[in-house]
Amino acid sequence: MTMRIVVLGGGTAGTTVANRLARALRPEIRRGTVEVTVVTDRDRHWYQPGYLFVVFNERPLEDFVRSERALLLPEVGLVVDEITRIDLERKQLISPQRHYPYDVLVIATGSYPDFQSVPGLAEVTYDFYTPQGAERLRDRLTTWTGGRIMIVQDVPHKCPAAPVEVTLMLDDYFRRRRLRDRVEIVYTYPIGRVHAAEPIADWAKQQFDARGIRYETFFNMEAVDPKRQVVLTMDGSEHPFDLLISIPAHKGAGVILNSGIGDESGFIPTDRHTLKMIGQDDVYVLGDATNLPISKAGSTAHYQAEVLVKNLVDRVRGLPETHLYNGKVACFLENSLEDASFIAFDYDHPPRPAATSQLLHWFKGMYNELYWLTARGLM
Amino acid sequence: MAEAKKTIDARGSFCPGPLMELIKAAREAKVGDVLEVLSNDAGSAKDIPEWAKKMGHTVLYVEEAEGYWKIAIKKER
Repeated sequence: MTMRIVVLGGGTAGTTVANRLARALRPEIRRGTVEVTVVTDRDRHWYQPGYLFVVFNERPLEDFVRSERALLLPEVGLVVDEITRIDLERKQLISPQRHYPYDVLVIATGSYPDFQSVPGLAEVTYDFYTPQGAERLRDRLTTWTGGRIMIVQDVPHKCPAAPVEVTLMLDDYFRRRRLRDRVEIVYTYPIGRVHAAEPIADWAKQQFDARGIRYETFFNMEAVDPKRQVVLTMDGSEHPFDLLISIPAHKGAGVILNSGIGDESGFIPTDRHTLKMIGQDDVYVLGDATNLPISKAGSTAHYQAEVLVKNLVDRVRGLPETHLYNGKVACFLENSLEDASFIAFDYDHPPRPAATSQLLHWFKGMYNELYWLTARGLM
Repeated sequence: MAEAKKTIDARGSFCPGPLMELIKAAREAKVGDVLEVLSNDAGSAKDIPEWAKKMGHTVLYVEEAEGYWKIAIKKER
């Protein structure tokens, strides 16, 4: 009997987990007792943190995309199809054309910015969370002659540090172009400080103060008036902008919402240590698709994949699953176009930003290349 | 005491998770609705009333129950 392990999703989480599994289970795959298949709706794989560097015209978008087939080991099967429903009862994935049965399912369907979540927003906003958005924002910035740039955000969103990074990088970008005195940068955040994690808030606030970046807290977007170019907030006030960059609340994948297996926003209730879907023994969830109250970030998916693969290998070999995810996340924090900080934290240890340095920025630059080794399951 | 229209159980999620959940619910609620948050994070007992005051909503109660906090607001605008 062949155990069919199906990984739904070909982003960082899905690709990393499938490659690591294939490497660890090579003997079983060769004997035909295990199959590992990635099912994804796209044949290209984007390195999403690269978008930030596209915005500032530091790197072209093409540097951050690869073919999914080329990233996967030959032992991993790849199906490109749009799954519309997950049938947990019959243990199958359903697309308009086909059904794909599984014995063990790994859900890695990610999260997506919902630009429709605020009325009027989609009509006027720029973004750097989508490949097209990053290029469009880059082009707008290159022709920008001055005015107020407002950064607005809602939660949850992936890569929680990115809005701070884009703000600090905008400051540096315009200084280099000798335009900083003509640009007002306004950063906003929904709660009473500039970031959810207090140590990051303290770090960012210090940078904002030193560099003349304005910030507004308790900023809860309710609507955007595209004609008048104002953001309306929950406290009844209006905030004019010349250029709006938004990071709206994210949702889980359409297939999760459609299958009714997630919460209202499409995130799947997941055990924070075993990464099993709550109430399901054959379904695991990792990356942005979970409802865990931790950062939705590539590094989260990477550390989760390490744990999950050990447990899945044990499961295949008839051993108990003893490895637990400890909530580990690590992120670089770009402080400008040439220096950066770094944070690492887990369920029990809050983040503490490292001193900013050029070295950390260089390492981030290197990681932009090393990422492909992560996706291949090599580091 | 006004009856809560919606109770948001944010236990197990840490600050500012419970406040974020409340903001989401407040956006969908009608003026006059009472929203109750359950949180086992002590930070919520400070953050939620601070946010509500800033937004012009009324804080109805901040109560400590067995190992968690019950905080209710009335949406005023």
